[in-house]
Amino acid sequence: MRHTLREAWSGLRRNLSMTLAVIVTMWVSLTLFGGGLLGAQQVELLKGRWYDKIEISVFLCVDDSKGSNCEPGQGATEAQRQAIRTVLETNPEVATVYYENKAEVWSDFQRVYKDSPVLADMTADMMQDNFRVKLKNPEQYEGVVSAVAGLSGVQAVQDLRQYLNPLFEWLNVAKWTTIGLSLLLLLAAALQIATTIRMAAFSRRRELGIMRLVGASNWYIMLPFLLESLVAALGGALFACASLAALQKFLIIDKAQPSLKSVEWIGWSHVGVAMLGVIAVGVVLSIVPTLIATRKYLRV
Amino acid sequence: MITFEDVTKVYEGQRRAALADVSVTIEKGEFVFLVGSSGSGKSTFMRLVLREYRSTKGRIFVAGKDLSKLHGWKVPGLRRQIGTVFQDFRLLPGKTVTENVAFALQVIGKPQASIKRLVPETLELVGLDGKGNRQTDELSGGEQQRVAIARAFVNRPAILLADEPTGNLDPTTSIGIMKLLDQINRTGTTVVMATHDATIVDQMRKRVIELVDGAIVRDQSKGIYGY
Repeated sequence: MRHTLREAWSGLRRNLSMTLAVIVTMWVSLTLFGGGLLGAQQVELLKGRWYDKIEISVFLCVDDSKGSNCEPGQGATEAQRQAIRTVLETNPEVATVYYENKAEVWSDFQRVYKDSPVLADMTADMMQDNFRVKLKNPEQYEGVVSAVAGLSGVQAVQDLRQYLNPLFEWLNVAKWTTIGLSLLLLLAAALQIATTIRMAAFSRRRELGIMRLVGASNWYIMLPFLLESLVAALGGALFACASLAALQKFLIIDKAQPSLKSVEWIGWSHVGVAMLGVIAVGVVLSIVPTLIATRKYLRV
Repeated sequence: MITFEDVTKVYEGQRRAALADVSVTIEKGEFVFLVGSSGSGKSTFMRLVLREYRSTKGRIFVAGKDLSKLHGWKVPGLRRQIGTVFQDFRLLPGKTVTENVAFALQVIGKPQASIKRLVPETLELVGLDGKGNRQTDELSGGEQQRVAIARAFVNRPAILLADEPTGNLDPTTSIGIMKLLDQINRTGTTVVMATHDATIVDQMRKRVIELVDGAIVRDQSKGIYGY
C-alpha cells in the first residue's frame, strides 16, 4: 500500500502541469454542470407545487373578497362550493379536480414565503379555498373557464400557464444549454485525463513491464494511476463545490433574495444536491478514462 | 513441471509457425538447455510458458495448470511461480540493488518484514553480499545479471527461465553466472535456459533440446551444443 501511494504521489508531481490542467478543466466544467443542476432546481421551485399538475385554478371568495360573484363580508358557502364542484366534475373537458382548503393553502404559503416580509401582513383567514383543475386537453380551457367564471362564490379563475409558459420555455432552453455546454467540457476533461494517464503509463512502461513479469496483479498495477486521476478530479470537484457555495452565498442569499422576496429561492439543501451530483460525476469521469487508458498495459 | 502437447504457435500476420507441433516434458528439478539459431523458437517457447501469448494449437501445462484454460486474472499467480532472467538484465534504472530485488516482493504484496529478511539472504546467495546500497548502473555486467537473478529467485519460484542470460557477458563472467544457475537448480528449482553459447552447453552436460524452425530436432540428456 505504501508503494502504491508513493507511486501515485510521484506520478502527480512528475506530471504537475498536466495535473493542474486537469484540475482546472474539471473545476470549470463541473461548476457549469452544478450550475445547470441548480438552475433546474430553481425552475422547479418557481413552478411551485401545482404548475405541472394542473391548468386552471378557481379561487373561492373569502370574507374580504371584492369580486362580482362574492357577497361582501361573506366567504363562499358550502352550497356554493358544492355547485362549483359539480359544474367542474361534470364538464367533459375536465380530467381531475383537486380541492385545497384554507389551512392547506396557509401552511404552503408559510413555507414558500418564510423569509419574506410579505408573511407578516397575511393571516390564515385571508387564504382562499380553491379548486385546481386538470384538463384532458390543455388547449381546451376556454369552455371550462367560462362555465365557472360566473358562478356565485367564485372570486377569480386563473390560467397561469397562458402567461408563464413562454417564460418556462426559455428557462428550459437556458437549462439545457448550460447542461449541454457542461457536458462538452466534461468530455474534454475526460479526454484530458485519459491522455495524462496514458503519458504517465508510457513513461513508466519499463516498471510496468517488470511488474507484469513478476506477477503483480492488474489492480496493483492500475491503482497508482487510478489514485492519480481521482486526486486530480476530486480536486477539481472540490473547487467546483466551493464555487457553487460562493454562488449561493453571493448571488442568491446576498443579492437575489433581498431584491425578489416573493420568489422561493433555492437553499443550501439544493446546493447540497448539486454538490453530490458534481462529486459523483467527477469520480466517474476520473475512473472510466483511466481504466480505458491503462488497458493496453494490463493486457495479459 | 512443464509439458507441451503438440503445441503450435503462429504469430499474427506470419505464415511460418514460430513453434510447430512441439511436444516435450520437463520434470521438476531438471536443468534444460534450449539451443537453436535466431528465430528457431526459443523465445516463443519461453513466452508461452509465461503465458505472454496463447498457443495457436495444442496444450501447455505449467506447474500443473492448463494454460489454455487459465483465466486472465489468474496469470499473475502463475507468474509468481516463475522467475525470469534476460539478456539485457531488465533492471529498474535509478534504483539500488536492494530496491530492485525488493521490487519483485513489494508488487506481490509481501510484508515489509519478509522483504527485509529475504532480500539480504538472496543477495548473499548470488554473491552480492554488501552491495545492497549500490546503484545498479554502477555495477559491472556480471553483477547486474546477478541482481536480475536475485530478483528472479527472491520469491523462491518453482521454475527459472533464463533467456540468453550470458549473451552480454564475457566468457569468464559467464562461467560465474552458470555456476550460480547450477547452484539454484540444486535447490530444486527447474531451470530452462535458452542460449547460443556452445561453450557453456558443452561444459555443463545437461539435457539439451535443439529447435530448428520451430520444431524439436534433438532432445538429449547430458548433451552438447552441436552434434
